[in-house]
Amino acid sequence: MKRTHKIILYATLFVTAAITLSPIVWMVSVSLMPLGESSTYPPPFIPTEVTFEHYFNLFDRLNLARYLLNSTIISVSVTALSLIINSMAGFAFAKYRFRGRDKLFRFLLAGMVIPAQVTMLPLFLMLNKMGFINTYIGVMIPGMATIFGIFLMRQYMLSIPDSLIDAARIDGASDFMVYWRLVIPLCKPIFVTLAIFTFMGTWNDFLWPLIVMTDDTMYTLPVALANLMGEHVQDTELMMAGSVLTILPVMLVFMVLQKYYIRGIMMGSGKG
Amino acid sequence: MGYSRRAPYLFLAPALFLIGVFFFFPVLAAFLMSFTDFDIYGLSDFNLVRLIGLQNYINLLQDHLFWTALKNTFYFVFIGGPLSIVVSLGAALLINSKLVKLKGFFRLVYFTPVVATLVSVAIVWRYIYHPRFGLLNYALDFFGIEAIDWLGDPFWAMPSIIILAVWKNFGYNMIIFIAGLQNIPEELYEAAKIDGANFLSQFKSITLPMLAPTMLFVGIITMIGYFQLFAEPYIMTQGGPANSTLSIVLYMYEEGFRWWNMGYSASLAFVLFIIIFIGTLIQLRVQKSGYEG
Repeated sequence: MKRTHKIILYATLFVTAAITLSPIVWMVSVSLMPLGESSTYPPPFIPTEVTFEHYFNLFDRLNLARYLLNSTIISVSVTALSLIINSMAGFAFAKYRFRGRDKLFRFLLAGMVIPAQVTMLPLFLMLNKMGFINTYIGVMIPGMATIFGIFLMRQYMLSIPDSLIDAARIDGASDFMVYWRLVIPLCKPIFVTLAIFTFMGTWNDFLWPLIVMTDDTMYTLPVALANLMGEHVQDTELMMAGSVLTILPVMLVFMVLQKYYIRGIMMGSGKG
Repeated sequence: MGYSRRAPYLFLAPALFLIGVFFFFPVLAAFLMSFTDFDIYGLSDFNLVRLIGLQNYINLLQDHLFWTALKNTFYFVFIGGPLSIVVSLGAALLINSKLVKLKGFFRLVYFTPVVATLVSVAIVWRYIYHPRFGLLNYALDFFGIEAIDWLGDPFWAMPSIIILAVWKNFGYNMIIFIAGLQNIPEELYEAAKIDGANFLSQFKSITLPMLAPTMLFVGIITMIGYFQLFAEPYIMTQGGPANSTLSIVLYMYEEGFRWWNMGYSASLAFVLFIIIFIGTLIQLRVQKSGYEG
């Protein structure tokens, strides 16, 4: 009884795993096929001969290095800035008592129901007036300070004992020194968590860079890929190579730091 | 604490400035814009923009594309959302079973699509759905099911997007459900076993009620996320065929950033916001009455 139970359980788990992974494995496999091979019947799962020509094509003729650079600059900068800005705000909410603190925090949390799309039209007009359309900073602005980031930082910093901070004060540390020398080192895990969330969120984002970047030399990878689809929809193998290159960096970051990412999900759901 | 009186305000200043100027202010501005005829002429000269009261909202009610987009978005949210929650819960129950080893492996595999760039996987699935060379029709052929024109048939286009969304997202809620399941005290199940309760009655009388707060959270974030459907139809169908996958956000994008009808587009954005807000309130209310009842 227990044995059959176990077999069914594992069979279901492995079949689900196969279904979950097959689109990704297929993507990688097709990206290595000679041009046109995937458009045959029955659809091949394994390349007859492995070729990297589509990857070279993307870099040589289709400017992929430029998009990779754009995506990297934007994602890394947003991540660094959001860590500093959100952690400072989180510190204020967690470790200071000031007038209106709890009201302000609740107000911010309530703001999380507002979908970002609501802000996009006026934000576009504002950035246009400021000359930030088609610039890195224009894409970066909405991600630099986030309510979710402040929330994560505050929740984590609540667990730092006040006595530690008071001791540093008695030793003559200024407010900023307490934050910089004491709080940040204690908060390394949550910094890693917010860093992966921000990096992946920015890297994978589509709608906002699509709106802000109107000049094709400024495209991020997802925007460039969507644009490439217009001209190269018949070149399945080339599109798969582009998809692989777009996914690869976030996958690597996730594989290395997955436990921190999972922690972020838990904390967001109040189970951290 | 409270060492320096100015310190907390200085720490807060950058974040509050950015969120105030680039989030809350645009929300207000969008609200005002939705009462104007802001269009391509207004873009070049703000003086040409006129207040037109509720006209955008009145036009909205008479715009059949709006109703189509609303219907499609509701289809996606109310079929795709629950479906993805059921799959997430199923996966969480499987992984959480005491008989299973390799939990970390399965969790990682099921989570992989969550991390993958949406634009990339939408492109991949576009080929998987190809009527002649797509993997899906090939697989269905084994079971004797005839080829379906997934993205070309107005009946199948939205279900295709739902399947992609469930595949992409179920791992996220699964993680939250696993945490919720692990918080249920083991003694409850042991007591139930002594009473002779089978798996199904344990699930109904212990697991589901104990998961209620998790369910509420998952329900709300899934609903909010699914209402923002955009990239999948943008990449895979451009809203077609016959507008069968036109979503509210896609329609908002086209009106606002392709045709520059920004006043009208702002009214679409606000309708979306109000729907999401009401949806959240309803879920909170239902949950509360569940506790009291």
